[in-house]
Amino acid sequence: MTNNPFSQIYSDEVMDHIRKPRNMGYITHPDGEAMIGNPVCGDIMKFYIKVSQIDGEYYIKDIKFQTLGCGAAIATSSMMTVLVKGKSFKEAAKVSKRTIVTALKGLPKAKIHCSVLADEALKKAIKNFKSKIKK
Amino acid sequence: MKLIYLDNAATTAVDKTVITAMEPYFDNDYGNPSEWHSSGRMAKIAVEESRNKIAKFLGSNPDEIVFTSCATESINLSHKGLVEAVSSDFKPGSKPNVVVTPIEHKAVLETCRHMEEKGEITVTYLPIDKYGLVNPEDIVIAIKPDTILVSVMYVNNEIGTVEPVAKIGDTIRKINKSGREHRIFFHTDATQAIQYLNCRVNFLGIDFLSFTGHKIYAPKGIGVLYVRQSTPLIRQSDGGDQERGLRAGTEDVPYIVGLGRAVEIAKRTRLSVLPKISRLRKRLMKGLLAIPGVKLTGHPVKRAPHIASFTVSGAEGEAMVLLLSDMGIIASSGSACTSARLTASHVLTAIGVSAETSHGSLRFSLGKETTESEIDEVIKKLPKVITKLRDMSPLTKL
Repeated sequence: MTNNPFSQIYSDEVMDHIRKPRNMGYITHPDGEAMIGNPVCGDIMKFYIKVSQIDGEYYIKDIKFQTLGCGAAIATSSMMTVLVKGKSFKEAAKVSKRTIVTALKGLPKAKIHCSVLADEALKKAIKNFKSKIKK
Repeated sequence: MKLIYLDNAATTAVDKTVITAMEPYFDNDYGNPSEWHSSGRMAKIAVEESRNKIAKFLGSNPDEIVFTSCATESINLSHKGLVEAVSSDFKPGSKPNVVVTPIEHKAVLETCRHMEEKGEITVTYLPIDKYGLVNPEDIVIAIKPDTILVSVMYVNNEIGTVEPVAKIGDTIRKINKSGREHRIFFHTDATQAIQYLNCRVNFLGIDFLSFTGHKIYAPKGIGVLYVRQSTPLIRQSDGGDQERGLRAGTEDVPYIVGLGRAVEIAKRTRLSVLPKISRLRKRLMKGLLAIPGVKLTGHPVKRAPHIASFTVSGAEGEAMVLLLSDMGIIASSGSACTSARLTASHVLTAIGVSAETSHGSLRFSLGKETTESEIDEVIKKLPKVITKLRDMSPLTKL
């Protein structure tokens, strides 16, 4: 299978995440959550996080996602949860669209702009957590 | 695992006897049909035999059949070639008008858009109802004094609706008889109709008919344009005098032979295949429409026998296609996510399906090998795919 990022087919890694999404589902009482996308554009994803604090630093103790969308939307959400689970907020913030695409061994070019919303969704979930603790 | 292949509207397998018929023309009778020696003669005979078979099938004369590489090329030739041929009949300041449906294949829509952008034609889009049906009476309203071409597909490839082509042909014939400065020519894209519906050119009242081999068990890369005698047409690829000067380039002899054979088989097996496919498609529709949130697209009755098309709420089309294919079921979707431009299907948009709903589009197209047990397998497995995706969705429930 090709690793060409401009390939018009899904890599084996993408297919694997579509078949077996990791951390799919929801957290009943999340510390932070965020939904991004809209039904008209097609892809909608929601992230839920549980946060722990160690030595003054925040960590993503648990993360779950739900996605309505194409294969790329599912695979990138799933990969995002794998990349940030157990990581500190600082480390998680370094995970970009490019990091997700690289971890998935490439994505068709058009899909990168359209379907990779996971980085924004996570940022929004962290923001949601921060806004809660301020109260 | 044997695939349950239900994407025959995209392409079919090549029939084994088609392959057998083609084989001698690769390395045995491989001469160039333009040459006068025995090798050329054998090739020329093969090309003309195939042309005769197709002409017989369409009820036309052999010299009205032009071989091309695909239906898209046929359409480019008919539309651009006709416009070029009649443009000198138009005074400065006026230009030819072409009437089309908004649900034509992109080969028609993009060809017309291209000519419109170049300032060569104006384009009129016919109204259609929620099933994609054209009302022949709307043709009368749409036609202008400058109209030279009406192009209406026989069967819509995405939603299976069958257009009243023969009635439209009749309408156009009457308008032409009433006396006009510019005669109106009529084209139909018969790609999805050719093997199942009556495509005889005089029954349809058409001047141009296009189709391709790879939907009827011939290989990809061979198509036909029927051009009624004395229709003005200027070729769009210049070179040698092949195809009566309408399409330059050495004939693709093996593929032409294959197409002739495929048409012959379609003609011979239509009576047995058509009722079977029709019955299986109805069985599939009944089974899938029982799933909550699944709706039919296209006309419930006036449909091609082989196309069953739906929208599924709460599940995206590409994701369904991928999960189905993991289960050995091959289907297709018109979801925006499956298109290179990531835009919603122009067909679904034109029949009033919202962008949100069209994301869940799913099409199954049956073939002559489709069996009842395969259909039942799809009815059994699609709900699992839909449930899996709905469970994954943030909108379904919490």
